[in-house]
Amino acid sequence: MKKIEHPWIGKYLRPGAVPSPFCPGCGNGIIASAFIRAVDKKYGSFDNFVFVSGIGCAAWIPSPLFYADTIHTLHGRAIPVAMGVKLANPKLNVVVISGDGDLVSIGGNHLLHAARRNLDILVILVNNFVYAMTGAQVSPTTPLGARTTTTPYGNPEQPLDVCKLLAQTNANYVARWTVYHVFDLEKTFREALDMEGFRFIEVISSCPTRWGHMQKMNTIQLLEYFKENSIRIEQVKDPNDTQGKILIGVFVKRDNPGFIKQLSKVREKAIELWRKKMVK
Amino acid sequence: MIYIDKISPGKHLLQGNEACVIGALLAECRFFSAYPITPANEISILMAKYLPLVGGTFIQAEDEISAVMSAIGASWAGVRAMTATSGPGFSLMQEGIGYAVMVETPLVIVDVMRLGPGTGQATKSGQGDVMQAIWGRHGDQAVIVMAPASAQEMLDFTIDAFNLADEYRVPVIICTDQIVGHTYETVNVPHADEIKKVKRREPRENEPHFGGDGTKVAGFPTVGKGYRVSVTGSTHDEWGYRKTQDPEVHARLVWHLVKKIMENADKIFTYEIIGKDTPKIAIIAYGSVFRSAMEAVKRLRDEGINVGLFRPKILWPIYEKALEEFLSNAEWVVVPEMNTGMYVREIERLIDRRKIVRINKIGGGVPIYPEEIIKKVKGLM
Repeated sequence: MKKIEHPWIGKYLRPGAVPSPFCPGCGNGIIASAFIRAVDKKYGSFDNFVFVSGIGCAAWIPSPLFYADTIHTLHGRAIPVAMGVKLANPKLNVVVISGDGDLVSIGGNHLLHAARRNLDILVILVNNFVYAMTGAQVSPTTPLGARTTTTPYGNPEQPLDVCKLLAQTNANYVARWTVYHVFDLEKTFREALDMEGFRFIEVISSCPTRWGHMQKMNTIQLLEYFKENSIRIEQVKDPNDTQGKILIGVFVKRDNPGFIKQLSKVREKAIELWRKKMVK
Repeated sequence: MIYIDKISPGKHLLQGNEACVIGALLAECRFFSAYPITPANEISILMAKYLPLVGGTFIQAEDEISAVMSAIGASWAGVRAMTATSGPGFSLMQEGIGYAVMVETPLVIVDVMRLGPGTGQATKSGQGDVMQAIWGRHGDQAVIVMAPASAQEMLDFTIDAFNLADEYRVPVIICTDQIVGHTYETVNVPHADEIKKVKRREPRENEPHFGGDGTKVAGFPTVGKGYRVSVTGSTHDEWGYRKTQDPEVHARLVWHLVKKIMENADKIFTYEIIGKDTPKIAIIAYGSVFRSAMEAVKRLRDEGINVGLFRPKILWPIYEKALEEFLSNAEWVVVPEMNTGMYVREIERLIDRRKIVRINKIGGGVPIYPEEIIKKVKGLM
C-alpha cells in the first residue's frame, strides 16, 4: 500500500514529530490546524516565525510539532523568553502558545506585564480549565465548585477571567473563542497575526482525558457544552452579566503603539540628548 | 560612532559595577535585562543610559526570573545578552540558568554578592554565594564562574565572560562582591579595536544543533536564520527532539554538558600566584579578599617568610593540577573567605584537610584585613 503523507509535513509540521502526542479528543489539533491555515493564507510559510512555549500539553502544540524555530522553555517563562527574542530581533514574528496553568498561574506576572508593555507578540492561551499533563489539578481558570484531583470536594476559588483582565491593560487585541468556533478562531488568528503590540487570544479547549473525565463528560459533550454555553460579545448588553455563559468574540482591538515602537523612541531620545552633550 | 567620556579609551575613575558595564559594551553586549537590587543597581542604571545609544535594548524586567529568561531569549536571537543581580535575585534566577545550561545558551550573569540568607544585610559585602554560583541548579550540570577582584578586572573579566559563554555555549557567572562592585579605582579602558572577541560559530551544513561527546561544542543555531531549531529544556537528542524516556540519550546529553566544561578546565581556568610558586605556607584567596591577602603576603615576604598566594581568577571549573602543584610543598594552607567556609571545601579535596586553616568572617561587610591573615600565618610558625 502506498504511504500517504500530509502535505503540511516538512512545511508546517516537523518531520519526525508527527503523529502528535495528543490524546484523542484533545482540542490542541483543532487549534494547531486553525493556526496553520491562518498562517498559510496570510504568509504561505513559517519562515520568520519563532514559537515560544512553556510547560504543559498546549506547549507541545509548537514544540517540536511546528517546523519552525521553536523554543520550549521553563514552566511559566514563555513570555519573557519571547520578549528577549522579539526585542533582540524585531523582524521576527514571535508567537507564544501555552496553557492556563503555565500562562495564568505560574507565568501570570509575565502575562500582565507583557500586556502592560504592549509587547509585540501574539499569545495564544489554550484554556482547558485544568492542569492536564500533571493529572487534573485545579488551575486559576477552573470554575468555582468544580471537582479536580486537588479539589476533591469542589473548587473553593473563583476563576480568573483573563480576557476581561487583559482588556483593562494596554494590550492591542484581546479575543476568546472555543475549539467549537473553529472558523471564528482562524479568522481571529489571521486578524491578530500581523498587528502591532500585544495580542492575546484565549481558546477554550476540550480535554476529555483529564477535565472531561473529572466532569464525566466526553469529547462530544464538551464540544456541545461549548456550543450551547457560549454567547457572543455583540449579543450581550452587559459583559459582566453573561448568565454563566462563556463570553466569546473580540473584547478589544486597538492600535496603540507597540513596545518596539516605544523602545525606538527611547533610542532616538538618547541620541538627541547625546548630541546636545547631555549624556555623560 | 558614539563617543562618551566615560567609555572612551584611557584611564578613568570607575566603580567596579560601572567598569562591568563598559566591559560588556566593549564586548558588544546589546541586551540587558535586570530587576532593581542592591548592590547591583549601578549596572542597570548605566546600561539604561548607554545601551540605547549603541542600538541595544535595556529592559527593567518585572522580576529576576523574567530578567534571566529574556536574556536567554535575546541570546537565541543572536545578540550578546547579560543580566545582573545580587543574592535573592540570583536565587530566583537559578532555574533559568539551569535551563540555559540544558539548551546550551551563551549568557552572562553578574552576581554582586551581599550578605544572606534571606534579605540579610543588603548593602554589605560577603562571599556566601560562591557555592550557589557553582552548584545552584538542580540536576547534573557545569557552568563557568569568575571572581574579579578589582574595578579593572570587572571590565576585563566581563569581556572574557562573553567570549567564554560563546565559545562553550554556557552561562558564565561573574561572582563578584559588594566591595569590588562599589569601590572606585582607576580603570584603563581599552580601545574597542584591542578587544579580543570570539565569534559565535554558526552550525555547519547538517551539523546537529545540540550536544556531542564533550570534546566539541555544536555551532549555535540562532533563531530566525532558517535552521528550524527545536530548543527544549527537556532531555533532547542532538536535533532537539524530546527524549524523556530514553536513558541513553539523557546520559549522553548530560555527560556532554558536564564534560565540555570540566574536561576543558585546563583551558578555562586561570589563576595567578603572588610570592613563592610552591610555598611552605600557602594562602588561597579570591575576590575582594584576594586584595587583603596580596598585602599580607607582601608584608610577610618582606620579613623573609616562605609564603605564597594562589588566587583563582576562575572559581569553576578548577584545573586541579595547577592547584596541586602550588600546594606540593605546603605545610599549611590558609584560606580566608567572607563566608562560613565554602570554597575551602574545594581545597580540602586536594590536600590533607588537617593542614588547612580557615579564616572566616561574616557580618557588616567588614573585610578580612591583611593583619588578620598575617597574624594567622605567624601563629602557624
